[in-house]
Amino acid sequence: MTTSASGPARGKPTRFSLGHARPAGYVWQVVVVAITIAVVFWLWSNAAHNLSARRISTGFAFLGREAGMPIADAWIAYSPQNTYLRAFTVGVVNTLRIAVIGIALATLLGTLIGIARLSSNWLLSRMAAVYVEVLRDIPLLLQLLFWYVLMQGLPAARAAWMPIGGVFLSNRGLVLPSIPIEAGNLWVIGAAALGLIASHALRRRFVARQLLDGTPRSVWPYALFLMAGLPALVSWGLGVSWTIAMPQLRGFNFVGGLTLSPEYFALLVALITYTSAFIAEIVRSGIQAVPRGQWDAAMALGLSRSFALRHIVMPQALRVIIPPMTSQYLNLTKNSSLAVAVGYQDIVSIANTTLNQTGQAIESIALIMGVFLTISLGISLFMNWYNARIALSER
Amino acid sequence: MTSLTDAPQDPLPSGRSRSRRSGRGRAIGWLRANLFSSIPSTVISLLLIFLLAKACVSFMQWGVWNAIWTVPSNQTGACRAVRGLGACWAVIPEKYRFILFGTYPFDQQWRPALSVLTFIALFLVSSRRSCWRKELMLAWVAALVVIGLLMWGGILGLSFVPQDRWGGLPVTLILATFGLAFGFPLGIVVALGRRSRLPAIRSLCVLYVELIRGVPLVSLLFMSSVMFPLFLPDGFNIDKLLRAQVAFVLYAGAYLAEVIRGGLQAIPSGQHDAADALGLSYWRKNALVILPQAIRHVIPPLVNTFLAFFKDTSLVLIIGIFDLLTTAKTAIVDPAWQSFSVEVYLFVALIYFVFSFAMSRYSRRLETEAKST
Repeated sequence: MTTSASGPARGKPTRFSLGHARPAGYVWQVVVVAITIAVVFWLWSNAAHNLSARRISTGFAFLGREAGMPIADAWIAYSPQNTYLRAFTVGVVNTLRIAVIGIALATLLGTLIGIARLSSNWLLSRMAAVYVEVLRDIPLLLQLLFWYVLMQGLPAARAAWMPIGGVFLSNRGLVLPSIPIEAGNLWVIGAAALGLIASHALRRRFVARQLLDGTPRSVWPYALFLMAGLPALVSWGLGVSWTIAMPQLRGFNFVGGLTLSPEYFALLVALITYTSAFIAEIVRSGIQAVPRGQWDAAMALGLSRSFALRHIVMPQALRVIIPPMTSQYLNLTKNSSLAVAVGYQDIVSIANTTLNQTGQAIESIALIMGVFLTISLGISLFMNWYNARIALSER
Repeated sequence: MTSLTDAPQDPLPSGRSRSRRSGRGRAIGWLRANLFSSIPSTVISLLLIFLLAKACVSFMQWGVWNAIWTVPSNQTGACRAVRGLGACWAVIPEKYRFILFGTYPFDQQWRPALSVLTFIALFLVSSRRSCWRKELMLAWVAALVVIGLLMWGGILGLSFVPQDRWGGLPVTLILATFGLAFGFPLGIVVALGRRSRLPAIRSLCVLYVELIRGVPLVSLLFMSSVMFPLFLPDGFNIDKLLRAQVAFVLYAGAYLAEVIRGGLQAIPSGQHDAADALGLSYWRKNALVILPQAIRHVIPPLVNTFLAFFKDTSLVLIIGIFDLLTTAKTAIVDPAWQSFSVEVYLFVALIYFVFSFAMSRYSRRLETEAKST
């Protein structure tokens, strides 16, 4: 950490500067790089010495050893006899599970609240404003602990709350009805995805042809067939079963259905509510950034309000919304590492346990960094692609 | 989904119609325009009023009518009896000294209290535009030195208090303030470095910023508590709080650098040319011409970064440093008070909220001021 070239040349009226590529610039660079290398080397040699004193061998060989760490909430098969590599994979899956679902739900909730803040209904916009202000100004970790305490204070499984039929909320977490996914179901889902892509391509083609001859062509009959009919045919042909598994109380716990552990649920709720407050502000300022004249022009053309919002205002607002939204998504992903405070085992938590068990500090931290940098890069690439797609295209 | 279809009827709150009649007629006109303007709006209003009333009543029942405000020392039987029906606010008078000041020696707790007041005074002075002068820097140095003297003691007849006895609100404020005080200059240097034309310096700065911003703060804190000792020579041990403080400085530096870089990008190149034409050196050019303008541009986002940073200090809970949140969590480990964490968390949330709300209001005001000029 020595990138900061705190100016040794500050007092001197020399031509030494960070800004110019004159010969003095080369001296600067050589000095800074040399100091950096020296410090890194010094730190590294200390670390090597300390590690050898503690009989810890560096390298990733430990990943092949038996982890011996229990993971309560694993979505892929795992037992403590598995290797550290397997444990890390479980951690990555757990991080992705919370991040992806959190991002989707936070976007939905945040957009609704952002629009509610602009509502002409005074009470609605006030309440949205209070929601945003309160949630933004309290540390996420405190909110997380609060939700977790509330979860623990819920009744036991026997007396679980049932807000809707089949959904149970108790101190064992949230239990939902689910559909058991097998190979056949995956084929059907694949067919639906294929149908979605095909209808999208078809729509683009129709729009392109409409630009040529001016005839509007309705795409929905084809889309309906591709997205619903095709999967239905596949499902019928393969004889796939779509029975819904309803959770049932057996003894002290639930069987069947999908269980979200209290840790996962508390973390999810905390991340969604906290991030949605920020997203609401982004959406609000994005919509407000669209000049009022755009609304007026749409009205003058006789378009309906909702059509104007969907086709005139939102596409323009999105250009303002997407860049800050990207950093909110990255924040949510990074904030998911607060999981360690409530004992949900995400990648950071598992790496920390590994570190305590094996002493492989550098490797564990490097793995955390690697995973998060990859996820961040993935989100950034996707959002940049999306941003470029919706960007203003001048003709 | 009604809110979605309802919203576009008025995209801008400024367009809200307000009738200007007098007395009751005006009130009714206002209600009509803002709560019952259309059928969907009326439905939403009635639904919200119902939900709000219900929430208020149940909160009042829990927090006021059924609440227990005092109990004889550690006799929490009365609280347990109403558990779930009423709050046990008695936990706050019992534990507030521990929550606010941690394990600092009880009879010396006026010292952290005075430090907190010094911090608040420092923030208030710094927020005034008329005080934005060079002397402010001296005030910061003086205040931080005074706080250090008060907390450590050891001279002027104050007994010495080691760092591991510190706790609560002063620790939160120390982490946040010192993190900013050192992170800010670091951020400036890195921001300049990132815009430098020297490739080696630029790439080092990019590497630093992206590495820090790419990983969660939790892992930086783990690093500070586990890896720092590994990287230092034998027998060279620094305190846990100081290690966390270093992690916070590095963290703040990276985020502030990005904000300041935004400000630097907003400065037209004519300013650079003019400064060069005057024959100013690189450092003088930046110190006298570029940075004052650049930083003025980004004051609102800077305040927002400070705010985020203040909230982020609570993460030290994970590595076991006694900040405000950790003392709160520890206060309810006491078996007699174990089941009253909601009350304690609400109390601490209120403290955090007061600080953050003041900051976010301040940032809002600066933004409107910036827009109007």
